Amino acid sequence: MKTGAETILRVNDLSICYPISIGVVRAVEAVSFTLADGEALGLVGESGCGKSTLGLSLLKLLRPPGRVTNGSIMYRGINVLSLDRRSLLALRGRSISMIFQNPLTSLNPLFTVKQHFLETIRFHDPSMPRGKALAAAAKMLATLGIEEKRLGEYPHQLSGGMRQRIMIGLALIMNPDILIADEPTTSLDVIVEAGFTELLATLRRVYKLSIILITHNLGLVAEIADRIAVMYGGKIMEIGPAEEIFARPLHPYTQGLINCVPNIRLDRKELVTMPGSPPDLVTPPAGCRFAPRCPKVMPVCGERLPDLMDHAPGHKAACWLYARKAGE
Amino acid sequence: MLALRKEGRGVSTLVSAVDLVKDFPLRGSLFDAFSSRRKAVHAVDKVNLSVDEGEVLGLAGESGSGKSTMGRLLLRLLEPTSGRIEYAGRDITTLDARELAAFRSRAQIVFQDPNSSLSPRMSVGQAITHPLQIHGMGTAAKQKARVLDLMEKVGLSPAEFLYRKYPHQLSGGQSQRVVIARALITRPDFLVADEPIAMADVSVRALILQLMQQLKQEMGLTYLFITHDLATAKYLCDRIAVMYLGRIVELASRDELFSQAHHPYTKALLAAVPVPDPRARRDKNLPTGEIPSAIDPPAGCHFHPRCPFARAECRQARPPLREVSPGHLSACILQ
Repeated sequence: MKTGAETILRVNDLSICYPISIGVVRAVEAVSFTLADGEALGLVGESGCGKSTLGLSLLKLLRPPGRVTNGSIMYRGINVLSLDRRSLLALRGRSISMIFQNPLTSLNPLFTVKQHFLETIRFHDPSMPRGKALAAAAKMLATLGIEEKRLGEYPHQLSGGMRQRIMIGLALIMNPDILIADEPTTSLDVIVEAGFTELLATLRRVYKLSIILITHNLGLVAEIADRIAVMYGGKIMEIGPAEEIFARPLHPYTQGLINCVPNIRLDRKELVTMPGSPPDLVTPPAGCRFAPRCPKVMPVCGERLPDLMDHAPGHKAACWLYARKAGE
Repeated sequence: MLALRKEGRGVSTLVSAVDLVKDFPLRGSLFDAFSSRRKAVHAVDKVNLSVDEGEVLGLAGESGSGKSTMGRLLLRLLEPTSGRIEYAGRDITTLDARELAAFRSRAQIVFQDPNSSLSPRMSVGQAITHPLQIHGMGTAAKQKARVLDLMEKVGLSPAEFLYRKYPHQLSGGQSQRVVIARALITRPDFLVADEPIAMADVSVRALILQLMQQLKQEMGLTYLFITHDLATAKYLCDRIAVMYLGRIVELASRDELFSQAHHPYTKALLAAVPVPDPRARRDKNLPTGEIPSAIDPPAGCHFHPRCPFARAECRQARPPLREVSPGHLSACILQ
């Protein structure tokens, strides 16, 4: 919004629960953020912090018993959560698409690449002639840097990197506005990952895409994201411009996370570690979710939950350390 | 060359591989049975490598480079197709069953996934005690004391409490600590760590690395650290060997590898590592394609089809691993 681009996705006060035998897992709690047109937002955090659950909910893909208990997801003024099945099917793939970690489990082993593309195109546009659909698929392969002859091949005949390229091609063939990528490079080797990152940058320009990148890989998020939201224990702890987050992280959790990731450009032999593990979300800590692990913990942290407050233009953190500065 | 290095650097070699080869024959059809050469995956292709006592040698490469096979061969968890493996001066490929058992108490391994390395039916205490029972080390009471002591050392604290827990009751970081404790309980000299942090969460990775560093100091260990992540290798390793399709393409000290990589493949690997800093600019000169199959690898230098500097000679003969500066070896004919 501040950059002048239109907000195309607005998540407001979203909470998601999973009732299980021993209680209710509060996987996502009171999360709000926006995504501007053409922006890439990184959603980072350790496993179990709610980032994948949040990603799925944006397409209303949560599986029972998971359900949204509060909040709204507004895509261009429409609340995704109130859409019926038909409208959802039109939304998915056409407006918002998603790719996952392991392309092999996302592709049908009995379908050729061509069949995958034809199925996707004709699901959304049954009237499109076969020839035109095939031409669109071939054009997409060219954009992805894959030879056209691969159209006749099955997933097992493709390399890991190629499979993930096909996945992203399928996600983009209907020209959606938003791509949600959940750990898209985790199953790829490092050189292939770097190639994929470059491809994503190209596709972003070509398709004027907005991206939500869900990952625990801070290196990847640093290369792609314009803005970063750091999640912990189902809550956003800090959100701001990517350069700000890395250069001046405010929240002790963000600081800890950045410090414990090996950086090949630095010549450190000592590691800064962050002991402990993320909280149990059935009975989360009373105050700040990070308080039990926080090196800068204060008495108030264990009692009350800090709000996500502005500390610099567009840079918010939910931490009592900065409460007074914010004018409380 | 090995002897020369020994004198020159004043350190002794603990483990060395000499012309080590490992082929995995493919299960062929009836037709293949009549052909002269069975097809095989050439996982390790005439590798010479030595690990010095007290060092951390990194073995880096992408999936399919043969680095894990190499780690297993050095412990004789796999039988080599040809070549020798020397451990403290002794050829371990000729050990009989009894000698091999004794060797196993000296050289251990930690795998990537702690959950598949631990039996769900064994408690933490049982799992860590098991190697002591196998090797008949100490009485039950002494074993328990030793296990509890090591558990505290690897950060499984309070040990008495965790001793009775089962793998499903542990966090990922705790499970990997149990695996490390189990590997170290017989007080080995040599530990192969095969991607020990690849499955762990970001914060757990740093803790496990720190633990490995600390244990190495305290117990005087020698590590072979297998990893696909050069940023991690930079933290832990003294020297690093880079593998590609079954061969070592470069070997150098940590400082030299990161400042003056010689082989185009190493340079590509270094350029591809994502940097957790949005201001960092990366050299976008990435090689095309992916690592080819080790069944029918390219002739000459295995990397030539992807190499931006490949010349006619590169397609002909295997480039020798030559010294480009003292202690820095590279299998590239280019200057």
